[in-house]
Amino acid sequence: MSVPGSGILKGLVETARNFAGSYVSPERLVTVQYPEESLPPPENARNFPFLVYDEDPDKGLRCVACKICEKECPPQCIYIVAERDEKGKVLKRPRIFDIDISVCMNCQICAEVCPFDAIKMDTEFELSRYERFGALLLHKQDLAKSNEYYRRIHPTEAAEVDARLAEDRARQQAKAAAAKAAAASPAGAPAPAADKTP
Amino acid sequence: MTAASIDQVFVNAKQALLSLLPETLRPGLSMAINAAAILGTFALLFAVATLLERKGLGRIQNRYGPNRVGPFGVLQPVADGLKMLIKEDILPRQADRVVHFLAPIALVLSVLLAYAVLPFGRNMAPIDLDAGVLYFFAASAATELGVFMAGWASRSKYSLLGAMRGIAQMISYELPLVLSTLGVIMVTGSLSLVEIAERQAPPAGAILGRWFVFTPWGLAGFLLFMTAAVAEANRAPFDLPEGESEIIAGHMVEYSGFKYALFFMGEYLGMFAASGLAITLFLGGYHAPFAFLGWAPSWFWFFAKLLALLAVFIWLRGTLPRLRQDQLMNFAWKWLLPMSLVNLVAAGVWSYSAAWTLPGAGFVRWASCAGLLILPALWLSRGWRARVGPRVYRYA
Repeated sequence: MSVPGSGILKGLVETARNFAGSYVSPERLVTVQYPEESLPPPENARNFPFLVYDEDPDKGLRCVACKICEKECPPQCIYIVAERDEKGKVLKRPRIFDIDISVCMNCQICAEVCPFDAIKMDTEFELSRYERFGALLLHKQDLAKSNEYYRRIHPTEAAEVDARLAEDRARQQAKAAAAKAAAASPAGAPAPAADKTP
Repeated sequence: MTAASIDQVFVNAKQALLSLLPETLRPGLSMAINAAAILGTFALLFAVATLLERKGLGRIQNRYGPNRVGPFGVLQPVADGLKMLIKEDILPRQADRVVHFLAPIALVLSVLLAYAVLPFGRNMAPIDLDAGVLYFFAASAATELGVFMAGWASRSKYSLLGAMRGIAQMISYELPLVLSTLGVIMVTGSLSLVEIAERQAPPAGAILGRWFVFTPWGLAGFLLFMTAAVAEANRAPFDLPEGESEIIAGHMVEYSGFKYALFFMGEYLGMFAASGLAITLFLGGYHAPFAFLGWAPSWFWFFAKLLALLAVFIWLRGTLPRLRQDQLMNFAWKWLLPMSLVNLVAAGVWSYSAAWTLPGAGFVRWASCAGLLILPALWLSRGWRARVGPRVYRYA
């Protein structure tokens, strides 16, 4: 290997092997042909927030319109108006929940501050639109996505959230049962064992 | 149709077309038809070559290459052409408008002029000049003018420096380019490219053609010529004038739109012209490699060889990294130029030893010519390992 020019020949052989090999073994071609095929996003991928609902897309929204996320949002891309009944009393659900994803900076702070696990980060990224203003302002019905969807895109995180919510629900049920028992039983009765966390 | 009539189909078509016209117009129109045919064929080949190059480079790098426009991306050159046509043509405020406009035209025109003497097939040389080789080099050397016009007229220091680099390279490589062809001229005793191509036809009864590349001096001359032609065409690994990763296209830095496309067209046309000359001088011109393949038309063989050389150009581009400016100059003046002079001596020895009739003379002839080339090549390359040895990165 000390003949001048041998390095050039070696290089030519190497590139020829790559050239021919790319026709013989398709696994050499690592390019993913994007619009036709795409890789699933990694589990921890995130971009824009969405609202989680159980069962019903409108009634089942976990959001209670507490506006914590609206206040915490650094670029202030969230706009919430709470639902009111006919007497003007504020109900615990949003009438308007808008996120301007042209402003959103994908920071996840809304998802972190939400005490109700109602807003989570989505992995959907094919969001280009032909219209600049209205099309990038997502409304409540665009943002509402099911808990099953959440489980699918972030399985580990969703399992944690589900466990926590189930625990909370069990504790509340136990509390309610205890309160009922306390109301039914005569005064001075010993506190029920259900007070302890299960 | 017989093989001969297919071979002469373009010549006959032109004659038929000319016979429809009055006698006085024929010489001028004959030239016009030739020019139109060359322009059409090689502009089309340019489009095909850009696609093949991108596809080939892609495969070399384990990519698909362009595959979006049309089936398998075959319409990519059309899309590129349209893009180039509708792009804004930006002219620097201080630039010399006229020269800036003329530079790409001068470049493409001088390259196109060189095609006038290439024999593309039997009876298919546009002009059979007696001084064909000389004319070819005279015409293609005028591309340097286009490069310098581009660098100067842009009124930009980067353009000017890029043009200077380009011209330094082109002039340096012009010498080995011309000298490496002298062996052929010496042996054939003719400067006419048609004559040179005819001399490489398979002799009566023989199977193998007498291509000059099958002789020791011819092989060396071909390699030297191709190396110099790669540099002359500003192709990788000698694409320093363009150097898109370092100096963003050198003399073309102030060009955009279709003028920029014209520079690329000039580069590719120069590559085809140099390949055409290499084919005519060393690779048997339009002759088939074997006598029994002579049934295929002569123009088919010319363009088959042209595409093969194009593949070599693409292969080299996909393989070799760009040289440094000093390496480039050293290589031209300290290696290619002496080697092409030595090759001239080898060609002389070969042609004077043709009359040897002693037993084993053929072997001695071969061995002496090959030795005459290999020993100087090794001597000139002494210490190459020390020069190109493992590099020490002090700051990396």
